Amino acid sequence: MASGRNATVLRSIAVVYVALLVFVPLVVVTSETLGAGWSVFWSAVSNEQAVTAFRLTIETAAAAVAVNAVFGTGVALLLTRSRFPGRRLLSALVDLPISVSPIVAGLALILVYGPVDGWLGPYLHGAGIDIIFALPGMVLATAFVSLPLLLREVVPVLAEEGVDQEQAARVLGANGWQRFVRITVPTIRPALLYGIVLTLARSIGEFGAIRVVSGNVSGAGQTQTVPLLAVERLERFQPGAYQLAFILMITSMLTILVVFFRRESLAGA
Amino acid sequence: MSIEAAGITKRFGNFVALNGVDLSVADGRLTALLGPSGGGKSTLLRIIGGLDQPDAGTVHINGRDTTALPAQHRNVGFVFQHYAAFKHLSVYRNVAFGLEIRKRPKDEIRRRVSELLELVHLEQFADRLPGQLSGGQRQRMALARALAVEPSVLLLDEPFGALDAQVRKELRSWLRRLHDDMHVTTVFVTHDQEEALEVADEIVVINHGRVEQVGSPADVYDRPANDFVMTFLGPVTQLCGRLVRPHDLEVFTSDTADAVPATVSRLQRVGFEVRAEMIAGDEQPWAQLTRGQAEALGLQPGSKVWLRALE
Amino acid sequence: MSSLVLPVRDVARSAPPVRVNDQDISGAARLSRGSALGLGTAVLWLSLLVLLPLAAVVVQSFGGGLGGFWASITRPGALNALKLTIGSSLIVSAINSVMGTLVAWVLVRDRFPGKRLLDLVVDIPFALPTIVAGLVLLGVYGAESPVRINLLGSPIGIVIALLFVTFPFVVRSVQPVLLALDREAEQAAACLGASPPTIFRRVVLPLLLPAIASGAALSFARSMGEYGSTLLISGGLDGARVSSMYIYQQIQSFDFAGASATATVLLAVSVLVILGLEVLQQVAARRG
Repeated sequence: MASGRNATVLRSIAVVYVALLVFVPLVVVTSETLGAGWSVFWSAVSNEQAVTAFRLTIETAAAAVAVNAVFGTGVALLLTRSRFPGRRLLSALVDLPISVSPIVAGLALILVYGPVDGWLGPYLHGAGIDIIFALPGMVLATAFVSLPLLLREVVPVLAEEGVDQEQAARVLGANGWQRFVRITVPTIRPALLYGIVLTLARSIGEFGAIRVVSGNVSGAGQTQTVPLLAVERLERFQPGAYQLAFILMITSMLTILVVFFRRESLAGA
Repeated sequence: MSIEAAGITKRFGNFVALNGVDLSVADGRLTALLGPSGGGKSTLLRIIGGLDQPDAGTVHINGRDTTALPAQHRNVGFVFQHYAAFKHLSVYRNVAFGLEIRKRPKDEIRRRVSELLELVHLEQFADRLPGQLSGGQRQRMALARALAVEPSVLLLDEPFGALDAQVRKELRSWLRRLHDDMHVTTVFVTHDQEEALEVADEIVVINHGRVEQVGSPADVYDRPANDFVMTFLGPVTQLCGRLVRPHDLEVFTSDTADAVPATVSRLQRVGFEVRAEMIAGDEQPWAQLTRGQAEALGLQPGSKVWLRALE
Repeated sequence: MSSLVLPVRDVARSAPPVRVNDQDISGAARLSRGSALGLGTAVLWLSLLVLLPLAAVVVQSFGGGLGGFWASITRPGALNALKLTIGSSLIVSAINSVMGTLVAWVLVRDRFPGKRLLDLVVDIPFALPTIVAGLVLLGVYGAESPVRINLLGSPIGIVIALLFVTFPFVVRSVQPVLLALDREAEQAAACLGASPPTIFRRVVLPLLLPAIASGAALSFARSMGEYGSTLLISGGLDGARVSSMYIYQQIQSFDFAGASATATVLLAVSVLVILGLEVLQQVAARRG
């Protein structure tokens, strides 16, 4: 619609802006990282601390994904299949974590679950359950910040589809669990899987909230995930920060590809 | 404001939408571009309006070569099938749009818009949003909007295609009356032959990117240039290998000169008319008769008749 | 037609709130016993994970009463951090509104080789962990910058970091609306004599405004709380300390009251943004 010349101007501005802002920094850093050589790369990702960090990252992320998948699906079902007072409030509440700063999330969890001054923490500590400065706290923090991601994918699908089939199944004699497994889950499966991918990506990359609740412990009893370790390397002027970040970057690029294919398939369908 | 389009060719990839089409519309006339979907009529209209560029050919509006001129500068009124309303503006602001662009003084705008809203009977909807109007009302608004800037030429692309049958009929005759009052050179695209026959001064039949025939409604209906035009413009049946209008088929109960023998296979009453299906050799012509005619002839299934095409 | 719900489900931290008002739900039934149990569990879980902790923040910040709260946030460190945070978030949202719309326009209306790559690149800031973004930006704009631009400890560094991270919000918010626009309305405007810039200003832009506002609001909310990407470029220096860093600092010093006070301000902003977006959605839905 714009004249040829206008269109070219706009196009150039858009491409230059995106290139300078996003693309070039990534290319610069990738080349610097890889340029440092393979031995630097290998030692950065294979030392004991790094391996522990990888393990912790995956454990935390997997647990957070599992928790959010179960509760996310449950809440999504509640929101789309039942009527109750306060439904909109619940929906807004579920959305809240997205707008909350990860640092605030971490602070909030410490104030409740901190072993010394927290609202519930001391009682839990007395019972031998450690949340803050331990894995459970890291899982909670990660689950907090990624709470809405899966829900947002599943709710639209549940809201639009599946009701007729579920009612048909009920008439045919299927009970609630059967309906869930045979009708609901297949209906939401693509959205659910996509939500899991998003949650996983977010959880692997989480930094601020985990930094607060984990105590950023390095040595024995390490609570550093890969993002935390990368920053420590940087702050201590040790090599390896960019190498670790590169691994994280690869993970996110894979996520982008998944997003891309998801969008294509939605557009085609 | 006459329109002269000459040698218009337009391709979309490998598909040839228009193939050397000529069109001539005299000043003040109401012309219909009639033809089946995909035949090229809308493409031709959009080229005249400046919304598309032809690959070859020229467009002259009132003697001026507008071929390379963008729509913005052609002062052509265009009405779209799906109204193309400005959703965020009230009916008043929609109609006033062209005048506001031209920076006309406020009171002049108010006067003209009120005039037009009265003309299209939308005065009490002036402050409503298009989304609150019915399809017919939206199209009337679109027409008022196009007329507001006093265009030299008015182009309508299947203007009633998205409306209910009843509304379509009403707006059809309303358009004809509007044209009789305003005399703006008008071209409209339709695939409905009834619409073209009822409304237009002149019909241009277009099929597969070519002009099949140009003529008055009577011309194209009674003296079609070829089989396609005849079939498209009205009901046809076949007798002795020639296409004939069913109501031009004379039915006799006794042997008559130049008449072909046939047997009545089925009689179907449609309102006050009777459709008589017959078998004549290996053809199956049908005739359209009034109830009176059928009764006078005493037609029954199985009756022996003689058929002759009226010339 | 709702212009604010992204029909293409998006990566991570962007998509607008879960829309669950009484109109979208088909076949919703009253709570059965099983559902009531599920609801109870969900509420319990959300309370333990979200409500209680956030409530604790608010309570902690007013531990010393209104006066204590006020004192906490007007302390020089807290105040400067808030000013820097709010200021840079506003600037970033304004820039994003313009550039995001422009990029969305080019992605939807233009056609050129490499456009799909551009579309993909737009998603990168969404998917990238914040700390990776931080390291990338430090690598380019830090002390050892290969392009000789040193923004370490400068507010401009903060702004660039935020621009990087929030860039996709407006683009992804505007894109679906642009895709769904009635092109014939623009053609009608052209026939009525409007030039392309006029058509954009009078016919297209008014319909894009709700989506731009929505994207800008999300961008603002995200900028206010951003931590990982701004941490490294700030270098821990006073001139570039945003509120999230200030809160972290106070946590390290066990000043939970001070940390909570600033955190409450940030929370208030988050809540306001969500409410604002809800209102915007209602307005857009009514106009249809």
